[in-house]
Amino acid sequence: MLNVENLEVTFALGADVVRAVRGVSFTVQQGESYGIVGESGSGKSTVLRAICGLAPTSGGRITLDGAELPTPRSPAFYRRVQMVFQDPYASLHPRHTIDSVLSEPLSIQGFDRHDERIEQALEDVGLGAGFRFRYPHQLSGGQRQRVAVARALILEPQIILLDEPTSALDASIQAEVLNLLDRLRAERGLTYVMVSHDLAVISHMCERLLVMQHGLAVEELERADLRGQRAQTDYTRKLLKASAGYTKEDAQA
Amino acid sequence: MTMTRDWLLSDRPVSRRQARLGQIYRTWLDFRTNGLAMFGFLIVLALVLVAIFAPWLAPHDPLLGDLNHTRLLPPLSEGYLLGTDDQGRDILSRLIHGSRITLAVVALVAVIATPVGLLVGTTAGYFGGWVDTVLMRLTDIVLAFPKLILALAFVAALGPGIENAIIAISITAWPPYARLARAETLTIRNSDFIAATKLQGASAARIIWKHIVPLCLSSVIVRVTLDMAGIILTAAGLGFLGLGAQPPQPEWGAMIAGGRNFLVDYWWVATMPGLAIFTVSLGFNLLGDGLRDVLDPKRQK
Repeated sequence: MLNVENLEVTFALGADVVRAVRGVSFTVQQGESYGIVGESGSGKSTVLRAICGLAPTSGGRITLDGAELPTPRSPAFYRRVQMVFQDPYASLHPRHTIDSVLSEPLSIQGFDRHDERIEQALEDVGLGAGFRFRYPHQLSGGQRQRVAVARALILEPQIILLDEPTSALDASIQAEVLNLLDRLRAERGLTYVMVSHDLAVISHMCERLLVMQHGLAVEELERADLRGQRAQTDYTRKLLKASAGYTKEDAQA
Repeated sequence: MTMTRDWLLSDRPVSRRQARLGQIYRTWLDFRTNGLAMFGFLIVLALVLVAIFAPWLAPHDPLLGDLNHTRLLPPLSEGYLLGTDDQGRDILSRLIHGSRITLAVVALVAVIATPVGLLVGTTAGYFGGWVDTVLMRLTDIVLAFPKLILALAFVAALGPGIENAIIAISITAWPPYARLARAETLTIRNSDFIAATKLQGASAARIIWKHIVPLCLSSVIVRVTLDMAGIILTAAGLGFLGLGAQPPQPEWGAMIAGGRNFLVDYWWVATMPGLAIFTVSLGFNLLGDGLRDVLDPKRQK
């Protein structure tokens, strides 16, 4: 469904050129949940931002159902692909009520029955209509992230890009949001592309995953490989080991 | 009363209106705790009320005086609380009517200069690149002009009068707001909530108007309020130089200019309008300081 071929993203800041993504390719099937893992600065979030047009692509192709995506992306594209951001404290406008956060995409995209859709969206993410006219500062982090999920879902997209959706939340809330995302995918047949540095989250959520390092794709794994610790490359093995926690040998090394 | 209060402070507002009014009420509660700011607010409120009810408040005609009997009466004379000027006009009545001119100048400058500054600043900040360069260099050029001198040149070209003075002050007043709005925009434009709005297919105009302007507005309002004192003084300065309001209009600056000729013998003629300018400027400054404390988005919980 979503196909990324040899994607390259280069940021130029004056004389400084940063090659954030250097030739990454992967394919995401319809209904699949695809994970991208890597350490900070590996370019994994940049891949998501490039897919939805927030980061400039300097090379390669991104196709959706075989058709190359236009730059800038068309409004129709945003009906099919939406994104949930990492930090729920930064992704909601501080002066807008939840109501205006949710009604804005509807009016931009020309949807009807705003009231009904907004109440349904809040219901779907487990918030209820009582939250509709609150401001973000009246909500907790987990509630804010639910609003962000509702905002992404309200346009009824097929693909949702998840940029570390739980890393800013504490552990108990993390599980809640992940279960919510799981449930929504099952109910609506959504396709997820999820970025995380947390292998446990990825192995819980995703069927396949891509390991990235320094802007390069290191290797692609199935969930079974991940759980069985069957990695092909040294880097992935190190990553798997690190996610298991620190051991005595690490401390001595 | 308590019901209204509960309704306003509700954690679960049930309508857009309630959410909005609740937010305003919370800001007001916050503002009310600041004594000095409340003092400034009361001065400004008094100015507005005096300006509205001027014809009913003024005990005498502000333009016509009795040259035979009431010339240069000192303050606290019977029927003339603040004394009279060289043409026998009651100074208190002139001050009361002059508040209308002062308020009009301040309000019009704010209405003209604020949107221009906001528009230029947010556009430059949001688009960046050459749009930014062109707009900000233009701002720098206007900023480099001394305010009063440019206003003087403008009034000299268009002819003296309070309307031209207002236009002249507005032209020189917007650049600081543009700079401020641009700086704010630069910190906002890369935030996630703007990215999220882009991902809904929002146009640049929509993002600037609905998402960036509301966040810049509070700091610009604070700045405008703090500038009010300067605007009043510039208007008074133009009036003093004879390029603002024309006689016999009771403009405060022009009144000081009129009293200058006999300042030593009849001190009150120039002092009373001076005190009025001082009080109102102080009021706006205190109000602006208080607003900064309440409206600063970085300070909000």
